[in-house]
Amino acid sequence: MDLKTWTWVLVGITFSIYIGIAIWSRAGSTKEFYIAGGGVSPLVNGLATAADWMSAASFISMAGLISFSGYDGSVYLMGWTGGYVLLALLLAPYLRKFGKFTVPDFIGDRYYSNVARSVAVVCALLVSFTYVAGQMRGVGLVFSRFLEVDINTGVIIGMIIVLFYAVLGGMKGITYTQVAQYCVLIFAFMVPAIFISIQMTGNPIPQIGFGGYDSEGVSLLEKLDSLHRDLGFAAYTSGSKSKLDVFFITAALMVGTAGLPHVIVRFFTVKKVSDARKSAGWALLLIAILYTTAPAIAVFSRINLIETVSNKDYEDLPSWFKNWEDTGLISFNDKNSDGKVQYVADPKVNELIVDKDIMVLANPEIAQLPNWVIALVAAGALAAALSTAAGLLLVISASVSHDLIKKMVKPDISEKGELIAARLAAVFAVSVAGYFGINPPDFVAATVALAFGLAAASFFPAIILGIFYKRMNKEGAISGMIAGILLMLFYMLKFKFDWFGGGTEREWWFGVSPEGFGTVAMIVNFGVSIVISKFTPAPPKNVQEIVESIRIPSGAGEAINH
Amino acid sequence: MSTSMKTKYWKENLKYLGILLFIWFIASFGFGIIWVEELNSIKLGGFKLGFWFAQQGSIYVFVVLIFAYILLMNRLDKKYNFDK
Repeated sequence: MDLKTWTWVLVGITFSIYIGIAIWSRAGSTKEFYIAGGGVSPLVNGLATAADWMSAASFISMAGLISFSGYDGSVYLMGWTGGYVLLALLLAPYLRKFGKFTVPDFIGDRYYSNVARSVAVVCALLVSFTYVAGQMRGVGLVFSRFLEVDINTGVIIGMIIVLFYAVLGGMKGITYTQVAQYCVLIFAFMVPAIFISIQMTGNPIPQIGFGGYDSEGVSLLEKLDSLHRDLGFAAYTSGSKSKLDVFFITAALMVGTAGLPHVIVRFFTVKKVSDARKSAGWALLLIAILYTTAPAIAVFSRINLIETVSNKDYEDLPSWFKNWEDTGLISFNDKNSDGKVQYVADPKVNELIVDKDIMVLANPEIAQLPNWVIALVAAGALAAALSTAAGLLLVISASVSHDLIKKMVKPDISEKGELIAARLAAVFAVSVAGYFGINPPDFVAATVALAFGLAAASFFPAIILGIFYKRMNKEGAISGMIAGILLMLFYMLKFKFDWFGGGTEREWWFGVSPEGFGTVAMIVNFGVSIVISKFTPAPPKNVQEIVESIRIPSGAGEAINH
Repeated sequence: MSTSMKTKYWKENLKYLGILLFIWFIASFGFGIIWVEELNSIKLGGFKLGFWFAQQGSIYVFVVLIFAYILLMNRLDKKYNFDK
């Protein structure tokens, strides 16, 4: 069968599974809609969390990013996994014991204030919307390249699928589809990696393979370092970012991960506090399978790419090169008209531009793997993008129907009315996400970093202090969150979007890039919160009792919608 | 349950957190970033050790840390009868 047929078959099968699960697991109550009824087992929740977390960025973009940045790419690997340690140790068990539906629920109740709740809602919406636009774009990308439909048609098909199971099933539908999606995406990620690892090193385990030796006994990484040297790139294993910046970006991504509402909310769905810990363990183990494979794929595909194209005649290049050229994601400009591809670091001489996002998708073709493997990667990328999009849409819909309508605007709304509001909010959120998928603002890539920075600068300190510092009051927490967000927004707008006079790399404060600035804004949030709380009254007695109680795991009742 | 039991439980919990987060910091920020050049002079098969920690080792350590935490806390819950 040809590639297109294979892709239609695999995408068709996986989509039918998702729809089947959605019909089987419809949500009948708000509790089922927001937290899947609260009785999800740790393993199922771990699987769902892993799929929820691993987005189009993890599946499609990350290995490519690492492939082009070498050691510098470690920030994503450590940042996006290390955050789970913080989540498991510092947040998940306590938030589960607290036992509500959303992150703004915790902030609003712990800081006994609807101002705090509103600030949290705004942050949750901001973070989730910036994130979801990127997912829809990933769906469109896969459809246009592998199924040769228009990129907008691809986005709309993706929207309809997500709409179907998120609106119908809420958290319950999403949880069980995410389990299926994890299986699809991890299989799709591992199969080509194992194939290529055997091809290049003779070792079927990619994690070991990329530290292995090629047929001539040269270590792959040394070979790559010397290829890079010859072409003028920085050595693959040492990178070019400053140590300080690598430190700050890693920290911002870790803390941002731990503060992302769509991840946190998954821990509300289990029965007990000990189950929350266990599901964090499962989640990280399942995520680590992909995250330890990605750097191997990065090395394999980098070597393959350079060896396939560098100094080769353009006319003789394999067909994948021309296919991707048609999508505009690879471009070749024969500057010296010698008919060969000069791929070097110097932008004046370099003739080849490769979009980082295509490395994982193109990798199986570059390595000449069979068509079904390539089609599998397409289905896996769709699973990754759809599962994350659904999780984010749920946060958006819960923020609107639960935190805004139920908790602030219309507290006497009936259960049925709230459920309708939740579904309408989900429809609205999908439409907005779809709009951004079709008309992507050119700042999508920049805003993903912003999403992490904002989560780090706002939620993380407020939640940590809410659990570990009994004396923290609403004045401290609110001013800390506002100071953190505003500072983060200011820095991003200044250095990413040229507002407030703009600025170049030389003018970065303390040499920290906008991607790493979330760490600074987080520290400022902590500082402001603590100082302000010292000069303002302690929280009321009943709030201090809440803090006492969330520290003890026993007696975690079912989540209550009061 | 008495308040002093709760306080003791919380203190032990904080002690575990301190130890585990110290290891977390050393394995990632320490070995993967701060001392990466020094460690890179050591070879682990075809890997430079610092590079390996940044792209592989730190992640394995994270997984082990969470499972160690689950074990420690389950034991602690049992000891204080908070596992009900």
